[in-house]
Amino acid sequence: MKTAVIVFPGSNCDRDIAVALEQATGTAPHMVWHRDTELPAGIGVVAVPGGFSYGDYLRSGALAARSPIMTAVREQAARGLKVLGVCNGFQVLTEAGLLPGALMRNAGLNFVCRDVALTVENAGTVFTRGYQSGEQVRFPVAHHDGNYVADAETLDQLEGEGRVAFRYAEPVNGSARNIAGIVSVDGNVLGMMPHPERRIEPAHGGDDGKRMFAGLLETVGA
Amino acid sequence: MKLRIYVTLKPGVLDPQGKAIEHALSGLGFSGVDSARVGKLIELEVADDTADADVDAMCRQLLANTVIENYRIERA
Repeated sequence: MKTAVIVFPGSNCDRDIAVALEQATGTAPHMVWHRDTELPAGIGVVAVPGGFSYGDYLRSGALAARSPIMTAVREQAARGLKVLGVCNGFQVLTEAGLLPGALMRNAGLNFVCRDVALTVENAGTVFTRGYQSGEQVRFPVAHHDGNYVADAETLDQLEGEGRVAFRYAEPVNGSARNIAGIVSVDGNVLGMMPHPERRIEPAHGGDDGKRMFAGLLETVGA
Repeated sequence: MKLRIYVTLKPGVLDPQGKAIEHALSGLGFSGVDSARVGKLIELEVADDTADADVDAMCRQLLANTVIENYRIERA
């Protein structure tokens, strides 16, 4: 299974997520520069990594979401390509219109950098099949703008359609309904603020994140 | 031609930054500040014949995130 990681100026989790994908697939992902206009042929998963693309100028993820490669990501996502956005990647995906809502400044105004408990709300998505619904996992978060905002109708729709993949099990950033990660209507795009790629081996303090990559690759066909 | 684009949070969208400013003002002893909201001012220098529709498109496609923000265009 071929995978790809998009690299923006200011990405800083691109190598972490590349390690996680390589661990799951046995093959190093293609690293794709944001100015490229096409994704490599035959990839099954593309990751939009964490970081501070374009220094968070204008709004977090706003400028990255308009970079040339995102047109290709949008086109391929419409055809079913699995897209995983973590942290800044989640912000980029909402700004690109691939996921609803927006990520705003944390309610406490603090940059939150610690491990948090999450509940896997829906283990039926292609990204969460390595877990059980209702299971609690711990992933690190490290963000300033993780406060998920959407109108009540959108939130009800996300809940009703089982599109809340992860929910914070403790107060973290003021997110509406404690939402930590959501999937798209078709279920092939996941955005989440916590970092599963930073929890893939015992030396990280746990490997709760490993099952996410393993489960995803199993679905896509490693 | 100079344009000023004011980008503001939609009513009802919580503004933690505005809240902090509101508290800081009352901490300084200013009473009667009921609310503070933080927005952005973006100044653009554009060709005189730039169409209104183009400016509007700039706002919708990039300058404002219309999920959470409103914008207002002012010709200077």
